[in-house]
Amino acid sequence: MTMNAPSAMKDYQTQASLETFAFLPPLTREEIVEQAAYIIAQGWTPAIEHEDPSRAIGHYWPMWKLPFFGETDVHAVLAECEACRQAYPGHHVRLVGYDNYTQCQGSAFVVFRGSGW
Amino acid sequence: MSAKKYDAGVKEYRETYWTPDYIPLDTDLLACFKITPQAGVPREEAAAAVAAESSTGTWSTVWSELLTDMEYYKGRAYAIEDVPGDQESFYAFVAYPIDLFEEGSVVNVLTSLVGNVFGFKAVKHLRLEDIRFPLAYVKTCMGPPSGIQVERDKLNKYGRPMLGCTIKPKLGLSAKNYGRAVYECLRGGLDFTKDDENVNSQPFMRWENRFEFVAEAVRKSQEETGERKGHYLNVTAPDMDQMLQRAEFAKELGQPIIMHDFLTAGFTANTTLAKWCRRNGMLLHIHRAMHAVIDRHPKHGIHFRVLAKCLRLSGGDHLHTGTVVGKLEGDRASTLGYVDLLRESFIPEDRRRGIFFDQDWGSMPGVFAVASGGIHVWHMPALVTIFGDDSVLQFGGGTQGHPWGNAAGAAANRVALEACVKARNQGRDLERESREILTEAARHSPELAIAMETWKEIKFEFETVDKLDAA
Repeated sequence: MTMNAPSAMKDYQTQASLETFAFLPPLTREEIVEQAAYIIAQGWTPAIEHEDPSRAIGHYWPMWKLPFFGETDVHAVLAECEACRQAYPGHHVRLVGYDNYTQCQGSAFVVFRGSGW
Repeated sequence: MSAKKYDAGVKEYRETYWTPDYIPLDTDLLACFKITPQAGVPREEAAAAVAAESSTGTWSTVWSELLTDMEYYKGRAYAIEDVPGDQESFYAFVAYPIDLFEEGSVVNVLTSLVGNVFGFKAVKHLRLEDIRFPLAYVKTCMGPPSGIQVERDKLNKYGRPMLGCTIKPKLGLSAKNYGRAVYECLRGGLDFTKDDENVNSQPFMRWENRFEFVAEAVRKSQEETGERKGHYLNVTAPDMDQMLQRAEFAKELGQPIIMHDFLTAGFTANTTLAKWCRRNGMLLHIHRAMHAVIDRHPKHGIHFRVLAKCLRLSGGDHLHTGTVVGKLEGDRASTLGYVDLLRESFIPEDRRRGIFFDQDWGSMPGVFAVASGGIHVWHMPALVTIFGDDSVLQFGGGTQGHPWGNAAGAAANRVALEACVKARNQGRDLERESREILTEAARHSPELAIAMETWKEIKFEFETVDKLDAA
């Protein structure tokens, strides 16, 4: 098994990560739009939250405005993500899909990673 | 009520217990049995015998029956159907009045429905295929301590299945080495690790030591990754006092989740533990050792969908369901049927998935389906398609067998999982495009590339023994 030879092995460095999609390359704008479209297609309400990386472990991040009830334009959602990022440079920005049927978040993932990430 | 006369002797069961005109009440508990009668026993008589022996009846008429209203309390066989593709067996549908059962006790329900009747001589084989628990009865049971939504909220995991792994070798590791294996898995990107069901408190690793080392591993991996993690600390014990003592210690250590084996430990112990978890804000993972003894034979025993329903009533936040694609038995349609029974609030009758009755759970929380056993990264697209988001996918060998170790194995699985979820959300067909999706993801992850190379040839292709009945 040459894959096990010390020289053939790669060390695994622990990654600070932010749950869903944290192990993929950062989402492109087109990919953010696709995922926002999925949220809207499920009937969920898109919402944005943001936080400084040093405080990211808590359950609650500040909300950016209110959830966008009834919003079906994915580009409007992307524009809000970008506006949030401009207002809070260096913060993580997370897109959430609120599911009022299960009373849970149907999805939540970071669309812009904060400084140092 | 008009006076009846006592007539000693043996009556045919069907005179009393075969009632084809009966229309079940919404509050009746309904059961479907697959009966294989002894030669020469007519279907109606066999069905009536099962209804009688699982409710009020005994083999001989007794005088004290006349002191009560047997018409109110008796079970009734109300329908008979052919089993598709089977000449020898038939389905019998039995209705039981709700007052036959103590409130909140799956123990009592099972003692009646699968008690003495299973040894009854007039039937050669007997299998309990399904139970419809009336909503009135469901409301007397507590059910899962937390349920799917609360667990997601506590652990901050949304929009994807969770990832787990059973620590191996399952027996023989010291507590400190065991904690090392846990730490490596969790820092690599898993959400959970799990005690093997065989790990209780053996001489090589006593439970207190295991709990302490594992708690450190969980804590440290959370600090380093910024994600919430857990290890299912197995509190299955020789007696309930010790079970609860172990649960208390897990809570004292700040752990989020414990685990229990519901069949070997029994429903009384399980319900006690589930109620403790509800009071103490702990999640409860349920393993199902011994289930195949009970549910695998297609003509005798209890179908797993019944055991799964009983567990939802007794209480658990996760339940193992098989993988469909891995090393353990499981027909796809049938598995999807009982996965719905665990997670949804209303499940309609659907014979193509082995569901014999509508089941209304009301507001009872749902249970995560756990897929575990012989699965690896190549199965990920199929697993995400089959099980959806409300599941825990557990790769034991598929994590720890990675040539670079547990952390790299965990990362490989996490990358594969997230790539599949992302692709599914984009509208791609995961099963048809599985190779492309994984190959694209592996470009950014050497850990995934090596995992794909390691397990590319491993398949488990045997026929399922317990198939759905079809012509």
